[in-house]
Amino acid sequence: MSSALLVPDRPAASRRRAARGGRRLTRVSGLGLGIAMMWFSLLVLIPLAAVVVTGTSGGWSGFWDAVTNEQTAAAIRLTVGTAFLVTVVNVIMGTLIAWVLVRDRFPGQRALEVLIDIPFALPTIVAGLVLLSLYGPNSPLGINIANARPAVFLAFLFVTLPFVVRTVQPVLAELDKEAEEAAMSLGASKFTVFRRIILPSLTPAIAAGAALSFARGVSEYGSLVLLSGNLPMRTEVTSVRILSSIENDNVDSAAAVATVLLVISFAVIVILDLLQRRMVRRG
Amino acid sequence: MSIEIKNVNKRFGDFVALDNVSVSIPSGQLTALLGPSGGGKSTLLRIIAGLESAESGTVEIEGLNATKLPPQKRNVGFVFQHYAAFKHLSVARNVAFGLEIRKRPKDEIRERVNELLDLVHLRQFADRLPSQLSGGQRQRMALARALAVQPTVLLLDEPFGALDAKVRKELRDWLRRLHDEVHVTTVFVTHDQEEALEVADEIVVINEGRVEQIGSPDELYDQPANDFVMKFLGPVTQLGDRLVRPHDLHLQVGERDAEAVSGRVTRVTRIGFEIRVEVSTGDQVVTVTLNRNEFLSLGIGTGAEVQVRVAPDVPAVVRAAA
Repeated sequence: MSSALLVPDRPAASRRRAARGGRRLTRVSGLGLGIAMMWFSLLVLIPLAAVVVTGTSGGWSGFWDAVTNEQTAAAIRLTVGTAFLVTVVNVIMGTLIAWVLVRDRFPGQRALEVLIDIPFALPTIVAGLVLLSLYGPNSPLGINIANARPAVFLAFLFVTLPFVVRTVQPVLAELDKEAEEAAMSLGASKFTVFRRIILPSLTPAIAAGAALSFARGVSEYGSLVLLSGNLPMRTEVTSVRILSSIENDNVDSAAAVATVLLVISFAVIVILDLLQRRMVRRG
Repeated sequence: MSIEIKNVNKRFGDFVALDNVSVSIPSGQLTALLGPSGGGKSTLLRIIAGLESAESGTVEIEGLNATKLPPQKRNVGFVFQHYAAFKHLSVARNVAFGLEIRKRPKDEIRERVNELLDLVHLRQFADRLPSQLSGGQRQRMALARALAVQPTVLLLDEPFGALDAKVRKELRDWLRRLHDEVHVTTVFVTHDQEEALEVADEIVVINEGRVEQIGSPDELYDQPANDFVMKFLGPVTQLGDRLVRPHDLHLQVGERDAEAVSGRVTRVTRIGFEIRVEVSTGDQVVTVTLNRNEFLSLGIGTGAEVQVRVAPDVPAVVRAAA
């Protein structure tokens, strides 16, 4: 008895690979690609390039001076550091919330499902106002974090909450429960099933949510501007710093900071993607 | 006895999935749980595996009371209808999973995985992902994965249900031969009576949460305990108040004898080698199947007057329920 007799091998994978390299675009797909690239260039690539050009127009030393300016460097550290922390928290809490929403049944689940999106839907300045009235000087809870660094952290947390939840939730809902049962009957504990079967399937979604969450954190303005007080060297974030640079007619400096943020965000997306690939492969 | 199930009850809401079920499954054999969909056979299999818990009753596996044991501790291999492959792991790592959990040395794992992949003829696909395999190959991978941990019993839930007819038949033969090689106590769930009759040493017929009959394929076919079992195991027709297999009826022309019933042929259908003749006996339409030669020698057609009688020494006859 040979296996070739049972089910013939399909060399589909290698055939597909060969086809991809040699294929030519048809007229319609060429047109589609052209439109997509033009749209993307007009909206994203050209403005980005313009920012980089402006930021580096003063030469390397001008760029370096703008970025290492004491106040600017403090703003960058605060923003990136806080966005990083918030992303770590979101990865854990977001996955947990998605788990509860998908795997558990409890009263009020539908309501929670809808409420999760509020930070998406709310204008950020409204979020800022909400945070100010709850955690500001007149806090009914007696918690006053106005003009302090926790305000930045809290504001980031508020606006980035939905990202990991919403990317993980659909993937979790589609997971094959039987694969988990198979792992259990092979002797895997609940924790091992989570780590070796569930987590690898969720990793791409978690990474995507984390990237969104980080990017949103770095760019946040409206929700923290009221509560944080924008104190130079203490609670001033880069978006506020960029705005004040422009108000002081220092466009080059603003663009230089923007360029740094651009590079950091890009690096984070690439690193998350690499991490995610490694996690999935390792299983 | 390898698996002893005693007085097991299971309900899902108002639906009674298992109603006081007791079954003994012998060691080293291939046993089929046969019955219609929703009859409770999959639930019973999942209770044996510990993936579902019984409300009352006990499950013993090889003399060990497993009723309260979690699935991890039961040492059973489970194969699912839809393969339940670990999609992010290669075929070899899928098979190795249970051994890795048990923290066996790497060399031993590699050796055992290769052995199993040879057994299921997937050695050359070891580094592929499950998504690059056909359904039949995936199911063989799932089988190797379940066998890797040397389970005391192997449980298969409609293992060929998701495959097309041709592959299903090939895998069925292959499972039978594999079992003759490996000899692990095997229980598989199926709703396909042909599959059960062909593969199993012993068949447990389950319907509406109850065991209808337990026996070898021959016993079930020749001595069905009731009309449900008889109807489920093959085609039946009714002559008078008796249920009969259509091929156990004889047709004759001419003189009517005492045991025969007269009727008129209303329809003749040919399906390959068999001819299906429908005979109206006035208040009933009886189906009789003949082979081509028998049919030709009778020289009858639609509208012909014939006599129908039950062939002598046919054991598979029970009184139809009123």
